[in-house]
Amino acid sequence: MNKLWTITKREYLTRVKKKSFILVTILMPLGIGLIAFVSGYFASKAGKSEKVILVKDEGNILKQADLQSTFMKFDFSDEELEVLKSSYIDDGYDLLLHLEEIEDLTEEDINVSYYTKDKLSLPTLESIERKIGSAIRAYKVQQSEIDEELLAGFDTDVDLENGLSGDDEEAVGSSASKMSTIISTALSYIMGFLMYMVIFIFGGMVMRSVMEEKINRIVEVIISSVKPFQLMMGKLLGVGMVGLTQVLIWIILVPVILMLLGMYFGLDQVNTPEMQQAQEMMKDINQDDFKQGMAEFITEFKALNWWFIIPVFLVYFLGGYFIYASFFAAIGSTISDDLGEAQQFMMPIVIPVIIAFVMIPAVFNDPDGPIAIFGSMFPLFSPILMPARIPFDPPVWQVLLSIVILIASVIFFIWVAARIYRVGIFMYGKKINYKELSKWLFYKYS
Amino acid sequence: MAENILRLDQVVKRYHKHTAVDGVSFDVGVGKIFGLLGPNGAGKTSLIRIITTITGADEGEVLFNGEKLNSNHPSQIGYMPEERGLYKKMKVGEQLIYLAQLKGMGSKESEAAIKGWLSKFEIEDWWNKKIEELSKGMQQKIQFIATVMHRPKLLILDEPFSGLDPVNTNLIKDEIRQLNEEGATIVFSTHRMEQVEEICEEIVLINQGKKVLEGNVGDIRNNFKQNRFMVGFEGSLPADISRETFEVIEDSDNHLIIQVKEGHNSNELLQTLINRKINITSYQEILPSLNEIFINLVDGKSDE
Repeated sequence: MNKLWTITKREYLTRVKKKSFILVTILMPLGIGLIAFVSGYFASKAGKSEKVILVKDEGNILKQADLQSTFMKFDFSDEELEVLKSSYIDDGYDLLLHLEEIEDLTEEDINVSYYTKDKLSLPTLESIERKIGSAIRAYKVQQSEIDEELLAGFDTDVDLENGLSGDDEEAVGSSASKMSTIISTALSYIMGFLMYMVIFIFGGMVMRSVMEEKINRIVEVIISSVKPFQLMMGKLLGVGMVGLTQVLIWIILVPVILMLLGMYFGLDQVNTPEMQQAQEMMKDINQDDFKQGMAEFITEFKALNWWFIIPVFLVYFLGGYFIYASFFAAIGSTISDDLGEAQQFMMPIVIPVIIAFVMIPAVFNDPDGPIAIFGSMFPLFSPILMPARIPFDPPVWQVLLSIVILIASVIFFIWVAARIYRVGIFMYGKKINYKELSKWLFYKYS
Repeated sequence: MAENILRLDQVVKRYHKHTAVDGVSFDVGVGKIFGLLGPNGAGKTSLIRIITTITGADEGEVLFNGEKLNSNHPSQIGYMPEERGLYKKMKVGEQLIYLAQLKGMGSKESEAAIKGWLSKFEIEDWWNKKIEELSKGMQQKIQFIATVMHRPKLLILDEPFSGLDPVNTNLIKDEIRQLNEEGATIVFSTHRMEQVEEICEEIVLINQGKKVLEGNVGDIRNNFKQNRFMVGFEGSLPADISRETFEVIEDSDNHLIIQVKEGHNSNELLQTLINRKINITSYQEILPSLNEIFINLVDGKSDE
């Protein structure tokens, strides 16, 4: 036990103290922060240009509407169009709009011509189109003498809401709302993808470490003091702790950095044209919807059972890591000098991981369907597919059963790996095939 | 304390279809310098791996200090494998402390022992150097320290001098002798028999997994003597000298190597020479080297 701890400690410390580990662990969140910073910075820079627009409004349609905004100033003129066309640039305007009188209120297509010195960006054009569109609508409503409130009453928002959300406790079934489905789907993908990466990053680390010890022959010195199982297990534990450390640091650091950046840009960000346009767009549809959506997002995000999701994620992180890393350890032990030899044995590892990965969409599209249930039980898939399923509140008994299967498989695969490892690390210069490997499992080799 | 630190009894080790060790038995007495000899592929490394508990024997028994070999024993054994290996990226100090802890030493105890050895070799300032920064010879010294720092009762050295220059070879030889004087039993494993002839008191010779020969080096050489003598003399050998009792194997200016024929002894030879008034300056029996004995015994059947 004591020696196992000594080995685990070395495996952990030599990696964590490495410059490359510290760099990757800190640079990854900083890199995400930097990308967010750069895009935020350019967005806020780009938003500084203000457009001044001159309008020739023949039907006095726009004058009645409230068009002014931080990024667009509107002036009106009754001069002849030909005069304006030649003078608007000299008068300091970026854009000249010409809107003719509307004679038929039922006319649906109304052309507004514009003249500009610079090419206009698509968002700017769309923003102007929206402003004029709503002004014309208001004008038409007014001219037709329709009661504005009555008209507003005709607009119907249909929201498909789950009938079971709310207080009806008698009803059975999942109470997920639409927003929570969106959040769960994103989370499902993120967690599944994270598991996929973790398996290859840290499993690969274990394999390289086993190979290094075998190839530089220190394994013989070490195995004369400890059992091969202790060495392999110490390595699995040490590297597993490295993975846990890194993932935990990221889980903490990424939100902190993003929050700090959010504070830095703070109010500025609200003034970017994109934001404003987004707000205006919302205003056009229904101002309250946006705020309501955000509030709903935050509520649903908080409502997710994090005290369940995070521990379960960590259980599958460790389970998946141990299963696949023990495969990698076994493969590393069979390699004498050249990575090419490992290829034939890599396939059985890569294939289940990739199958599980491509099954993620099937899981979040039908979280309680047969594929999802099978995938989250089968131990080679469950480390990826159960975390992908967990945001959708699978039945607790299924999670527990899957964890039991996972733990049993971890023990089984470590046992298999240890049997291959103890023979493999002393086997040099011999071609090894599957038949050979299966024989190693039953060697008497104390 | 048992008389033998190590006793092997009918040890067998099989790999797949071939038998690497085939019923080998021998004893290593406490405090001896013992040679485990044999050509490459004879089964030496397999035997050592059984003694160091790296692998188990399929049949037979190994006793360490009179007890059946168990997991407490490796901490009393120091083993330097033929293929040397250290963690290249680790620093000398860290690495030795790690290996000492795996041998069951405490961290303070091991640090003191390691510093002692480093200063003995006058390399204290290597503590913070990475192994990959050291030359091969330097790495060998670190490997040697790693083998002996826990004061093992039994030291097993597999080809200890391979890759060492003469200066370092002598340095290590001296250290080994000193450890032996301090009570450690040494087992040398090598296929270069001339290297151990002068150091080892007892040997066992194995070939193709089987024990060919064992015993005291002097006894073995005596047992295998072929009645050859080297005679130094002045002048030259008369051409008509009677060759009834002997045969000249090598004839040079002032000495002869002579094979005494069966049924005769060396005194008759001397008599003959004296009778012819040959002035003898030296007279010595030639004992065969272990190498010659070995080649004689296995008749070139080894894998080498």
